[in-house]
Amino acid sequence: MPSLAIEIENLSKEYPHGFLNLKKKMSLENLNMQVESGEVFGFLGPNGAGKSTTIKLLMRLIFPTSGTARILGKPIDDVSVHEDIGYLPEQPYFYDYLTAVELLDYFARFHGLTANDRRERVQKMLRKVGLETAKKMQLRKYSKGMLQRVGMAQAILHEPEVVVLDEPMSGLDPLGRREVRDIILELKREGKTVLFSTHILSDAEMLCDRVGVIVGGKLRGVGTPGEMVGIQTQGMEILFEVEGPAKRFPLLERATQTGERYRVEVREAELYGALDELKGAGARILSVAQIKQTLEEFFMNLVETDRAQASAVEVSGK
Amino acid sequence: MKKAWIVATNTFREAVRDRVLYNLVFFALLMMGAAILVGQISIGIEQTVIVSLGLAAISVIGLFIAVFIGVGLVSKEMDKRTLYALLAKPVKRWEFLLGKFAGLVMTLAVNTAAMALGLYATLWSVKHPLVRSDAYVFVAVYLILLKLALIVALAMLFSCFTTPFLAILFTGGMYVAGVFAYDLRTIQGINMNPLTVRMLRGISYLLPNFQNFNMTGAVAHERGVPASLVWHVTLYTAVYCAVVLTGAALVFSRRNLK
Repeated sequence: MPSLAIEIENLSKEYPHGFLNLKKKMSLENLNMQVESGEVFGFLGPNGAGKSTTIKLLMRLIFPTSGTARILGKPIDDVSVHEDIGYLPEQPYFYDYLTAVELLDYFARFHGLTANDRRERVQKMLRKVGLETAKKMQLRKYSKGMLQRVGMAQAILHEPEVVVLDEPMSGLDPLGRREVRDIILELKREGKTVLFSTHILSDAEMLCDRVGVIVGGKLRGVGTPGEMVGIQTQGMEILFEVEGPAKRFPLLERATQTGERYRVEVREAELYGALDELKGAGARILSVAQIKQTLEEFFMNLVETDRAQASAVEVSGK
Repeated sequence: MKKAWIVATNTFREAVRDRVLYNLVFFALLMMGAAILVGQISIGIEQTVIVSLGLAAISVIGLFIAVFIGVGLVSKEMDKRTLYALLAKPVKRWEFLLGKFAGLVMTLAVNTAAMALGLYATLWSVKHPLVRSDAYVFVAVYLILLKLALIVALAMLFSCFTTPFLAILFTGGMYVAGVFAYDLRTIQGINMNPLTVRMLRGISYLLPNFQNFNMTGAVAHERGVPASLVWHVTLYTAVYCAVVLTGAALVFSRRNLK
């Protein structure tokens, strides 16, 4: 049984709003979640779902209305736990009068590193995030993507056991995203625990051991990307070509043509019959593949269900 | 305390890089202008005019820095969200506050010391050589610095629970009320309700008594400042700052960031 890096129990957060702050808006509702040591955990959800609220609660930037959380076995109120945590805020902004070297050195000092260690680590991190050439430039001259890279560097500078990244791919070009993906994979190889929130579902599918989907402040599911979308296939996809003037046959009528190729979807039980039909018609079969719901489709279904439920409540309320 | 010191040195660096010390150029110009003018219009009272003007300028410039930058110490970090990455490090919120306070007081100390040097240079140019009684000017400058430290603490307290605009108003209001704290204590209206008098007296003891810090009149006329008064005001500032900063830390320790 692997040990737990992050344990969240019944965590809720209400924000007061309206006249004299008399109304309450539930931003997070009874969140129960666990992240195991050494895993990469993706936290998915649309804007306003509660992802950043959860991360800010873990980082004690905001305080819960109820519930508790522990990181590496210690309650989040214990400041010493932050010796082993790295955090990248969403759309990070740092002291713009500092250079990247000065900023990283400043943050490293809070971890009690010696001057030599700090110098070495800072140089190593700047190489890792590709900012060596801009290291002596003040951060006010940095682009959004460069700030994101500095943010990544400060999060892993002290070699923490747990790394929490709030939208780490945001603002990055494809190359930058690739570099962040590589850093996350490297952290995983080193046995670190990574919790990151993202909108980019392909990144979550590619990087995560497990994902949690949060919608409307409620956790809607946790599991491996495969488990989340279900293991049963939704059908089979056949890609084929027809040589010479195409003879008409039923499957061809259902197929979608792209250039010289045809694509058709059939039920799993119909697969062998369809293949026989194509063979009989002289078609060349290029590929047969399972059709699975992507994480993105699964995620969108949840969001739409949530919106439908919300509007149903609104209508019945009226 | 070590972590508060790390924050303090960075706060000082921020002030220097944000050109806070540029006010010294204004002070230098003012002192040069005063030196030229005093020579022409105030025969025999050069010392009084230069010292009064110099100390008033040190106090007003410092007051502006203490209120406006003091309020921004916490609120700017929250607005710009530079605080997020910092508070995720192993640093307690009170250490952050103490570091910010110490950093701005360091900035004010350097600024005030530079202005004091400018004031001495002006005095020397008008009536050299300097005499023993001119050392009292240094004591008056020291008391101004203590006053500014107290204002920074108040500005930080207010900025921990309200908007920057209101925090500036509250700090300014406390300063004005503090200047009249002694008058409030000794007020005796003809038809005043005894309860009101007692209440005003009570409030006057809670307000920071900024009259304690003002030695400009005495020093300008080359009168000395008793050492016991200097110790008393130093202790008063230390205790008052400790209480105000503790209050700020209590408010800030449970403050939700945006």
